Amino acid sequence: MSDTAINVSGVSYSYGDIKALDKVSFAVRSGELFGLIGPDGAGKSTLYRILATLAGPMDGSASILGLDVVGESRRLRSIIGYMPEKFSLYPDMSVMENLRFFASLYGSDVDECYSLIEPVFRQLARFPDRMAGALSGGMKQKLALSCALAHRPSVLLLDEPTTGVDAVSRSEFWEVLRALRDGGMTILVSTSYMDEASMCDRVAMIDNGRVLAADTPEALVACMDGSLYEARSGDMYRLLAALRSTPGVADCYTFGASIHLAVTDDFDSEAAKRHLAAAGIPDADIVPAKATIEDLFIKLTSHAGQ
Amino acid sequence: MPVNEPIIIADRLTKRFGDFTAVDNISFEVYPGEIFGFLGANGAGKTTAMKMLCGLSRPSAGKAVIVGHDAAADSEGVKRSIGYMSQRFTLYSSLTVGENLELFGSVYGMTAEEFARRRDLLCGELGLDGKLGAMAGSLPPGWRQKLAFAAATIHNPRVLFLDEPTGGVDPVGRRGFWELICKAASEGMTVFVTTHYLDEAEYCDRVSIMVDGKIEALDTPASLKSSLGVSTMDEVFRRVAASASRADN
Repeated sequence: MSDTAINVSGVSYSYGDIKALDKVSFAVRSGELFGLIGPDGAGKSTLYRILATLAGPMDGSASILGLDVVGESRRLRSIIGYMPEKFSLYPDMSVMENLRFFASLYGSDVDECYSLIEPVFRQLARFPDRMAGALSGGMKQKLALSCALAHRPSVLLLDEPTTGVDAVSRSEFWEVLRALRDGGMTILVSTSYMDEASMCDRVAMIDNGRVLAADTPEALVACMDGSLYEARSGDMYRLLAALRSTPGVADCYTFGASIHLAVTDDFDSEAAKRHLAAAGIPDADIVPAKATIEDLFIKLTSHAGQ
Repeated sequence: MPVNEPIIIADRLTKRFGDFTAVDNISFEVYPGEIFGFLGANGAGKTTAMKMLCGLSRPSAGKAVIVGHDAAADSEGVKRSIGYMSQRFTLYSSLTVGENLELFGSVYGMTAEEFARRRDLLCGELGLDGKLGAMAGSLPPGWRQKLAFAAATIHNPRVLFLDEPTGGVDPVGRRGFWELICKAASEGMTVFVTTHYLDEAEYCDRVSIMVDGKIEALDTPASLKSSLGVSTMDEVFRRVAASASRADN
């Protein structure tokens, strides 16, 4: 027996001439919190539609817990919980009515699933009779997750659950996902926030319908060890311009309050500081930096554009 | 202190819905050419405040003055002076790039010569000139965002409101978009921007953070960080927003 929960193998999908997915392959292990990281238009939602059996792959195959998304779609639907990017509950039904409805669709009931959804549903339990359409964005998201969990699925598919959500609420949401993972659930979650990669066990980075890389976040950024520096000076705008012509700097870009430099093997930070001083920036500070998934994404996508 | 007159004034601005005070007596001023970051948790009142500043919602108390126009008494004057762009793509998918821009130009009452001059200038800067005949709906996300920026600034507004303009945009595209913002500001446009990417707060001249309908912090990113003894705007946001008591409902 393999411990693979989700297997995606050479999956392609097109909308007319636009290739949304181009031979995408990756595997998610049982009990893993797996992140699909990429910007809008990368193909994430199309992949979710295929895994949720709402669209068939045009090439390749995909399965969840051994069930093929095309051949065994009916059985597959009972073991997955799917939360689409768009709010898809009934706006003219109350909080409780939505939850009861989704539980009953799968032959479950609210009492049976309550211990599982309690951490998510707790705040909503204060207004069970409010219409779902009248909830705030954050509360809609919590209700949608509760409904996706109502039949105790083995595999949870979450498509951009944290889009448009503030930093503090996003952290809370990830704590909920980690608790579900600790309870044994397999979770595939997509996001366009690169910093959320660090909350996942493993991630696949996806852009333009292709998987750029897949591994643990630590292993992914390790390939940039020693090749990333950060620079600061009193005039960051001039510093960025001057760094673009500094020897050994392959790429440089703003990164919050500093500028990140991806450097080549022959880069020498002391020589770079002398170069900058000659260019009229005597106060530049350049030190080695720890790479993030965002740095790696920039590196992988700017190469693709060349 | 800036010698300029403020171009955005919020003076004890308040909005109540029934017994709920969404925006609670906020006051601040924004100066010409400033990039002003308007941060806050979901449900803190940012959208409601922005609607009042844009003349789309009447304050329950206090007032907003944008480019000299009272946002409640002269909302048409406000609308002519500002540009607005949101994360959601709000242009016409079945019109071409050129047609979308023309529509916006005519809505703002631009003359044909004025419009052609602004269109050519913006499209040259944004690299859109080869795409004027393309259907807006067929553009990849990064290009749609550039088109939305061009449409929001076609009439060369004094103030540009950006509501989460970079949501979902790839890291390279996000940085490219901020270069556009900085360039527009350096040419005198005032930019009022909301974002959930806290690294982007670093690129603002000043940042305000709303909590429970009130402005709890307002200063330059450097001063906010040093006053709280932290090194990133992410930490600043977490510290300030952590005091929220209002439930997100």
